[in-house]
Amino acid sequence: MYSKDGENYFIVDAHIALWDARPENQRNIHGKQFIDCFYDYHRNLSPDSEQWTYEEYLYQGGERLMKDLFTDGYVDHAIFQPAYLGEFYHRGFGQTEEAYGLAAANPDKLTYNHCFDPRQGEAGLDQLRADHERMGFQGVKLYTAEWHGESRGYKLSDPWTYRYFEECRKLGIKNIHVHKGPTIRPLDRDAFDVSDVDHAASDFTDLNFVVEHVGLPRLEDFCWIATQEPNVHGGLAVAMPFMHSRPRYFAQIIGELIYWIGEDRIQFSSDYALWTPRWLVERFVDFQIPEDMTEYAQLTTGQKKKILGLNAAKMYGIPVPAELQIPDAEETATGPRQPERADLASAR
Amino acid sequence: MTIAHLEAEPLTRTVTDDAVRRSLDAVLDPELDEPITELGFVRSIRVNGGAVDEGTTDATVEVHLRLPTSFCSPNFAYLMASDSKDAVAAIPGVGRVVVELDDHHDSDLINAGLAADAGYRGTFRHEAEDSLDELRGTFRRKAHTAAMERCLTSLLRADGDLPEQELGRVRLGDLPAGREKDALLRRRSALGLSGDDDAPVLVDAEGRTYPAEAVPLALRRARSTRISIDGNAHFCRGLLRTRYEGSGADQAFRPEGAEPADQHGLLPLTVKEPHS
Repeated sequence: MYSKDGENYFIVDAHIALWDARPENQRNIHGKQFIDCFYDYHRNLSPDSEQWTYEEYLYQGGERLMKDLFTDGYVDHAIFQPAYLGEFYHRGFGQTEEAYGLAAANPDKLTYNHCFDPRQGEAGLDQLRADHERMGFQGVKLYTAEWHGESRGYKLSDPWTYRYFEECRKLGIKNIHVHKGPTIRPLDRDAFDVSDVDHAASDFTDLNFVVEHVGLPRLEDFCWIATQEPNVHGGLAVAMPFMHSRPRYFAQIIGELIYWIGEDRIQFSSDYALWTPRWLVERFVDFQIPEDMTEYAQLTTGQKKKILGLNAAKMYGIPVPAELQIPDAEETATGPRQPERADLASAR
Repeated sequence: MTIAHLEAEPLTRTVTDDAVRRSLDAVLDPELDEPITELGFVRSIRVNGGAVDEGTTDATVEVHLRLPTSFCSPNFAYLMASDSKDAVAAIPGVGRVVVELDDHHDSDLINAGLAADAGYRGTFRHEAEDSLDELRGTFRRKAHTAAMERCLTSLLRADGDLPEQELGRVRLGDLPAGREKDALLRRRSALGLSGDDDAPVLVDAEGRTYPAEAVPLALRRARSTRISIDGNAHFCRGLLRTRYEGSGADQAFRPEGAEPADQHGLLPLTVKEPHS
């Protein structure tokens, strides 16, 4: 929990990882390129005081993770969203077994989400059933730019992905976190296109689709599909640290999200270990839309509380103390939310 | 901008580094709608031969490109690299052109495809279906949308009493002259839209206007496109500066969407060599 100015915030970090990118785990040059890309994101967007050394960045381990999130980072509950990346790393990038073990040992603090790759076909479906039997997760993280043999990406609208979603339905896996990456077949079209999420969300209305980094670099496409689908949500992974380096851009991202999808469908995350939650939580509570951006209403304390934790807690059934709860906004399920409604919220 | 090219250019050289660079000004990052020379994506230019005293008329030009991350979209990376090769090859006096993309996850694939003039489908084989024309078209439309929104939002900000619905009536002739209007006219021209003073400003990519009640939503949607492009343009610049020390010296300032952190001119600059 984070407290400031007499307000208490329940914090859910909805996208974290326990990764191992050390050289001995890198399968090829792409393993190095991948973590170097993350490290450049980290260096480019973090305040100087929050920057890690490259060595620290390669691997953290469970003990460090617990400290960064729960001792130092104000986080009440965090959700693992593993990316496998077996083509880049011998034992995978996200350490699924280690993360699962840590979550099993700390069930009040950690939720383990799993991952699958629809290109594994029938064998992968069997594996998903077996993994679910053992681990009992309620969500999965899908990285659509995962490489797999000759293929370097898939879509949520692919027939095999639908087979997996049907299995998710049967197993009670209801939260689908989607991370759009830059390589999608065919290369003829925009690799970051989120229109496949639109199809899947329309056809599986009983599943929640959380689009990570709110579709960036295609915020506009994400907003347009998310406003039409009541089961599409926005995860703020990668978007949060823009608060520091590009606060006006961040203000516009948040302003657009509030307008197109409303305050009940946006989830905070640090994207640990890309960034650590402590400074992000502190700064978001202090953050405000610049006054000259009159096209957006000012952010309310209630909106911040929902984004920082209550929205994800609701989706995952994470218990929240009664005094920290606030009701849903009475917003339309689809279509733009009216700015005047935001004004009403601030008057409450 | 050339790196490791310290020898003096012979006065008799028919193709200069500068001529190569100017030809690359015409190559755009389709996603960001900006020349690769302004983004700092041109890493080095080397011209060999082509001097009268070397007994040959055709120069060999080698250009290296760099991008903000190893995982930038390979389709855009390929477009910029192959457009670069075409642009340089069109310079009179240029014979052989080598364009290489450095440090990208698909560098080997793309560089081999360029060397063999294999084209898009020949380069990406099973990952390519038809062509990248549709992809270019998508971003040409987005660039127009963003340019249109900038002009209209400027009008709104200049006149606090102007209702959003009225923006559907604005015509090109109503826009004040300047950078924003010039940019809009260029984007309209690229889409084949009229540049006449009486042409409506708020239109889709086919030039169709919106009914009055649809105007606010069209503007809001255009705004999200503009925010996205400006945000990406600055983030990509920043990542390139993080990845390649000193590369900021090769970047042109972009006023649209700029914030204090984008004033990277305060960072130490590497010394640029004078062009011959």
